[in-house]
Amino acid sequence: MLQNDLTIRIGGEAGMGLESSGAGFAKALTRGGFYVFGLPDYYSRIRGGHNFFSIRIARQPLYSHAEPVHLLLALDLETVRRHIGKIVAGGAVVYDEKEDVPEELRRPGVSMFPLPLTALAEEQGGRAIMRNTLALGVATGLLGFDPAYVGSVIRDNFASKGQKVIDANLQVAEAGVEASRPFQADFPFRAEAVSDAPPRMILNGNEAFALGALAGGCRFVAAYPMTPGSPVLHWFAAHADEYGVVTKHAEDEIAAINMAIGAGYVGARSLVPTSGGGFSLMVEALGLAGITETPVVVYNAQRPGPATGMPTRTEQGDLLFTIHASQGEFPRFVLAPGTHEESFRIGWQAFNLAEGYQTPALILSDHYLAVAYRTVERDALDFDEVQIDRGALLTQKELDELEDPSQAEAAPYRRYRVTESGVSPRAVPGHPNAVWVSTANEHDEYGAVSEEAANRTAQVDKRTRKMEGADWNLESPSWYGPEEAETTFICWGSTYGPLREAVDRLNEERQGKANMLHFSALHPFPLEATQAALEQAGRTVVIEGNSTGQLEILLRARTGRSMDDAIHRYDGRSFTPEYILSRCG
Amino acid sequence: MVTSSDFAGRERPTWCTGCGNYGILNSIKMALVEHNIAPHEILIVTGIGCGSKLPHYMRVTGYHTLHGRTLAVATGARLSNHGLRIMTVHGDGDAYNEGLSHFVHAVRRNVRIVDIVQDNRIYGLTKGQYSPTSERGKQTPTSPEGSIDRPVQPLALAITTGATFVARGYPGEIRHLAWLIGEALEHPGYALIDVLQPCVTFNRNYAYDYYRERVYKLEEEPGYAPSDRTAAWEKAFEWGDRIPIGILYRGESIPTYEEQIPALAAGPLVQQPLKTLQSSQVEALRAEIM
Repeated sequence: MLQNDLTIRIGGEAGMGLESSGAGFAKALTRGGFYVFGLPDYYSRIRGGHNFFSIRIARQPLYSHAEPVHLLLALDLETVRRHIGKIVAGGAVVYDEKEDVPEELRRPGVSMFPLPLTALAEEQGGRAIMRNTLALGVATGLLGFDPAYVGSVIRDNFASKGQKVIDANLQVAEAGVEASRPFQADFPFRAEAVSDAPPRMILNGNEAFALGALAGGCRFVAAYPMTPGSPVLHWFAAHADEYGVVTKHAEDEIAAINMAIGAGYVGARSLVPTSGGGFSLMVEALGLAGITETPVVVYNAQRPGPATGMPTRTEQGDLLFTIHASQGEFPRFVLAPGTHEESFRIGWQAFNLAEGYQTPALILSDHYLAVAYRTVERDALDFDEVQIDRGALLTQKELDELEDPSQAEAAPYRRYRVTESGVSPRAVPGHPNAVWVSTANEHDEYGAVSEEAANRTAQVDKRTRKMEGADWNLESPSWYGPEEAETTFICWGSTYGPLREAVDRLNEERQGKANMLHFSALHPFPLEATQAALEQAGRTVVIEGNSTGQLEILLRARTGRSMDDAIHRYDGRSFTPEYILSRCG
Repeated sequence: MVTSSDFAGRERPTWCTGCGNYGILNSIKMALVEHNIAPHEILIVTGIGCGSKLPHYMRVTGYHTLHGRTLAVATGARLSNHGLRIMTVHGDGDAYNEGLSHFVHAVRRNVRIVDIVQDNRIYGLTKGQYSPTSERGKQTPTSPEGSIDRPVQPLALAITTGATFVARGYPGEIRHLAWLIGEALEHPGYALIDVLQPCVTFNRNYAYDYYRERVYKLEEEPGYAPSDRTAAWEKAFEWGDRIPIGILYRGESIPTYEEQIPALAAGPLVQQPLKTLQSSQVEALRAEIM
């Protein structure tokens, strides 16, 4: 049972600063010792429409958001209309007193707190847009949360804007706390800061992945902005000079992937962050990387498709596409982190895999994980564990030991030498002993174009063979929950969080009701581990955020086994524990 | 000392007898020898087409990539190792159709690349379709009634977009072409050489006998100053009885893309040591999210 499990939700129009203030409040609550799960929800527009930010807090680690709302901060009437039905008994709505909330919108058991939000924001801060900060000040007061933490975040976030802006925001927040006083007695939920909590971090999935990639030696990033992958490009652009990363906003996704392959060809660890539509454009180039055995890492933060789909929403629709993308057959890794910690780990391991096996590593996150803020322990991202392993990349010494081509009878370097493992010793351009031409055509060991039958078979077999026993250093599938259970839920990627909480709640009802299997690495498919796991499984229910059941299809294709049931969600929203529980039967 | 035997390839070209690519291949080798650039000191990136097989026919570091993506791959390579010379060699279909966008952006960025376009005004490898530089009205399998699009003007486009080295070459003037390539190699930025490449199999109207009578060297043209951008732009449209070859435009050097990237100030990216983060860096990164 989670203690002090509360959700504060702030809603309004796009352009009201909900994302930044929501993220700021989430940070303040983390500094105040809470575990926080913050989730923005926004339409694909810059102004107008309806956006909201949900901040769930608890005194124990959170892995998911939840549906019940305890405090709604409504910057417009639309927010009341859309969310009042989610508020628990005893909860409250803070709204601008100049709005007239009609009777039919109100709910029994939900308190209404009208406040002069606009007037106060203008009076105390000078601008109506500061209503978001004001509203969060109100929330701070109602919850009994120490405003000093909010102040510290305001000081950090507005540091670059100058003291006047900092002071204005501090004043507005303070005014919000004051304005909450008359209502505090009518609001039963408290969230007092935990004074002796150890310092923790709060970040979203995109940031976690970017940190892992940087730690793992990523030094070249090329991308084209596409929601929700763009923040990874922005993150690297912001850290490029300090950490020595060449970061390129390219003219299009096709340029981005080809630049990254060019970078990988000469020996840079390269990354292309994108979303599904961008990945679609990159598909041909994946084959270039595959056949020339050039490492590259692509990060697809999935969103609902097809085509433009729903740019600011979430889905898990690209699994089978990613496993099979590009014409012909060549190996690749497909990894799908389930948590922020796993996004970090996969962030650095992807580069070892790509270089170690000289092939693309394709990472599948999704909007939900990419944008969700979660509090983690200070050492939850294990930087000490990071290793940079370049596989069969020839060292300077090994290159020097290759035959000197200026000597008569010298054997030229064979970039695509057929070895027992299938992995060829890899040179990068620049050394006089390693001069060769790679080609996107099928080629012989030297890299020359070859259409000969025996050679073709040998090279295809080599590329296939190199993946045998490929160890991605991740446990996939991994178990959560009791060793034996009536129902085994099966999921992949970001479904982990909401499902983990659903499993916990089921087991609180009765121990042994449920456990779960999570796949974070899907290709090459972990056949043995999966078969072993399925032997232990109860009734199997696959849970995934797509309509065709792609993991289920993959499981049947690889293991020959059908699963017992499935729960899908493809309305552009992520799973919640409640969604899963209500469909469990 | 680099000699021409250093570049001797093992494979015989599959080009037709009389193909302009033989001359282009030889002039590239001549230029590299003259400028003392060894096979491992240059990366030749090509796309897809008859001419894109060029690096296979010499001893050099090469990357024979995807149709149209030549300059994108080359850009990634150059930005990751600007200690390596980068040359792109590709045909008009690769450079001016499939790769037209990457061409414009490469010019804009001014990444130091020698871009040699084997412009035979036709599609050779795929057997004779019209190309972006084919003249309007050309009859080919994809334009049996005569093409109705007007050709791309690559030299004018390069000048307009801000290229500081724009030239046209011709393999029938092999020393001149070698000299142009050498000048381009020395140019501190993106350099374009569009080469009038005769295709004896699919474009016999524009073979050596056509060009021989028409080409003239701008270096021998009285009063022509390649520093005059406007004159160069106008010259780029000159065609017909007189076809100018040589350096149309050589402008004042501007910074290359790579010299403006702070991450590269310490040297080529791939030569900077690749290490895990120091603990002070880890602390700084953690502090950002606490």
